[in-house]
Amino acid sequence: MNNKKFYGLTALFNTPNEIIKAAKKLSSEGYTKFDVHTPYPLHGMDDAMRLKPSKLGYITLFFGLSGAALALLFMYWTMSIDYPMVIGGKPFFALPAFIPIAFEVTVLLATLSTVIGMLTFFFNFPNNNHPLIGTDYLRSVSVDKFGIAIESDDEKFNNTAVRAMFGSLGAVKVEEIYYPDTETFPLFQKKFIFLLLTFAVITSGTTYFVLNKLMFMQPFSWMMLQDKLIPQEKSEFFADGFGMRVPVEGTIARGHKPYEFKGEVNPSSFLINPIVPSKESMMLGKKKFLTFCSPCHGNFADGDSRLRGQFPNPPTLHTKRVRDMVDGQIFHIITNGQNIMASYASQTSVEERWAIVNYVRALERAKNATQSDLDEIKKESAANGK
Amino acid sequence: MASKVLEYQKKSLPQSMNKLGWILLVVGAIAGAAAFYLDTTRALYNYLIVYMFIMSIAVGSLFLIALEYVAGADWSVPLRRLVEFFAALIPVMFILVIPLLLNIHTLFHWSHAEAVSTDAILQGKSAYLNSTFFIIRVFGILIVWTLFYLLFTRNSMKQDITKDQKLTKHNILFSAIFIPVFAITITISSIDWMMSLEPHWFSTIFGVYYFSGTFLAALAALTLAVIFLNEKGVFGKLLIPDHLYSLGALQFVFINFWGYIAFSQYLLIWYADLPEETVWFLHRWEGGWVIVSILLIFVHFVVPYAVLLSQPAKMDPKRLKFASIWILFAHLLDLYWLIMPNMSSGKEGSVPFGWIELVFPVALVGLIIVVFTMRAKNKNIIPIGDPKIERGLDFHL
Repeated sequence: MNNKKFYGLTALFNTPNEIIKAAKKLSSEGYTKFDVHTPYPLHGMDDAMRLKPSKLGYITLFFGLSGAALALLFMYWTMSIDYPMVIGGKPFFALPAFIPIAFEVTVLLATLSTVIGMLTFFFNFPNNNHPLIGTDYLRSVSVDKFGIAIESDDEKFNNTAVRAMFGSLGAVKVEEIYYPDTETFPLFQKKFIFLLLTFAVITSGTTYFVLNKLMFMQPFSWMMLQDKLIPQEKSEFFADGFGMRVPVEGTIARGHKPYEFKGEVNPSSFLINPIVPSKESMMLGKKKFLTFCSPCHGNFADGDSRLRGQFPNPPTLHTKRVRDMVDGQIFHIITNGQNIMASYASQTSVEERWAIVNYVRALERAKNATQSDLDEIKKESAANGK
Repeated sequence: MASKVLEYQKKSLPQSMNKLGWILLVVGAIAGAAAFYLDTTRALYNYLIVYMFIMSIAVGSLFLIALEYVAGADWSVPLRRLVEFFAALIPVMFILVIPLLLNIHTLFHWSHAEAVSTDAILQGKSAYLNSTFFIIRVFGILIVWTLFYLLFTRNSMKQDITKDQKLTKHNILFSAIFIPVFAITITISSIDWMMSLEPHWFSTIFGVYYFSGTFLAALAALTLAVIFLNEKGVFGKLLIPDHLYSLGALQFVFINFWGYIAFSQYLLIWYADLPEETVWFLHRWEGGWVIVSILLIFVHFVVPYAVLLSQPAKMDPKRLKFASIWILFAHLLDLYWLIMPNMSSGKEGSVPFGWIELVFPVALVGLIIVVFTMRAKNKNIIPIGDPKIERGLDFHL
């Protein structure tokens, strides 16, 4: 046993007062490398041992501040520089919205760094082989005794002097502690390789099972697998094998009126504009025009939409040819389609189409306004007092 | 171990304290009366700030008493008597509230019948916001607070002589009842006196916001009193830095709480961006109020946070004293920021600041000192009969 490295001397005491007295004596004699172990925290021990306040708080502070700074910088970079996005009409660098996240990251980094810093700087992690571990000394201080341990590295350490001092303080047991043998393990030993393999098999097997089997297992499926028609799915109930049914021939939707001039060139003499322009119908016409017509004909029917140049150019509606058309002909073109323009009968109702016609008329008149139109507007404005 | 209670000797508070209090109160009150004569509206708004500050200290202290009983705290038992002295401001509020109620029409827009008749929002709120119900609420709440104040202090004082442990049990029961009552009454008070100054606006967190300031102000006042009386030797050698540390730590917690609540209120309103909610912050962002608003963040949060962050700061009487005075000032600024922008006679965005704003806090400090010293006269400075006093004095972290 004596060929091992000497760690230090430990002494056991019976009462808290004795241990505090011992700690005071040791610190006043100038020993620094000693530690005290008690079954429960003792008030006044910090003073007796002359412990300085822990430096751990600085680690917490530093990493807490870095957390805040990192979070804010990250959000600033992502949200304002790399990929600016307007969210809820807020500025790109929306500080109030970033503060909760900055706060969370601050707390996260502060706590993690405190724990990791405590383990590594103060507890010498990953060293798990403190010489006191497994000794009788440590066993008794975690039950009913109060212990003190002095390291032999201490400048003032002298085996006989310390023994004498412990004796005079009333120690019940003094013990010599030695460093345990360091054990080393070769990396490629059978046991270790086997352990790695076992873990690899278990991990991959579990992953495969969870992702490919467990995820698709149904604890109960009687609602999912009942006899019913599923849209767009095969059905064995009907002879033709389709799940979806075709309506009876001649069926029309409620409120639908078939267009009787389908495919004709110009049935305008039969089509009379039934709508008297009102503010509501003009607004409806504007809305529908902007939705369905403007993508090609442009917002003001100039034929200048963004499709120009990528497609057969859509025509302007301000030509003399269009202006000379009767309302019914424009209605027919919208309903039936013309050249490359498709029919809009399925997207718009009859009323909406007539409203579009009226709106187109208004656009045409505004584009080609005459002096008399201006005079009329001025007169109206004057009458309204504007 | 030797009983620490036996070391206690009854000492009277320093005479100069009472004198200083009276001087401040009289000077402040005369100047305040002059202000009322010269500019009634402005003086009234200042008076409201002072009234709310007194409410903070008084009711916050009452809550502190209840909290100690309910939580079963030991460390604060030797300090509880001082809290009780501060809570003695509650009965005084019956007198203080009268000038406000007499001038209810100057303060509150909703109290004008003709304004309500043309305003659909105010009509909708008129079931709650009307002068009669308002006065009933004010006095009802004051009566409830006074009742609990009398119950707590009477039992506590009686215990000095009888040393009856049952009285503590009774007070624990009253405290458990008082805490929900406190939550409701403080919310109603903050809504009535401050939120209804701008009757179209509403914020559901407003009561909590006022509470956070209330509790902080009461704590700061207590800390200041403890440190001052300890310096004058009234406590003898009974108190140790660990007591101060607990006070400082609690202050630090509630500085954070205030910041958290204030930011929560701002964040939600800022994010939703609804005109009916943002108007309140926009008022506080006009003209000179921008500076006050930004100043408030630093005065009420950043500076005290930095001052109280480290452990030694919470134990050092000098730094803690500075922090306490600072926090009391911060709470005054907070109330100024809450109330003053609603003064209708003021110009848009102008920050009223002059001698009128200064004399009212002078009277406020005077009044608190006078009530405190009068109440503390011939009383024990620690509750010597409390069953937990020994543990409280022997408190170690």
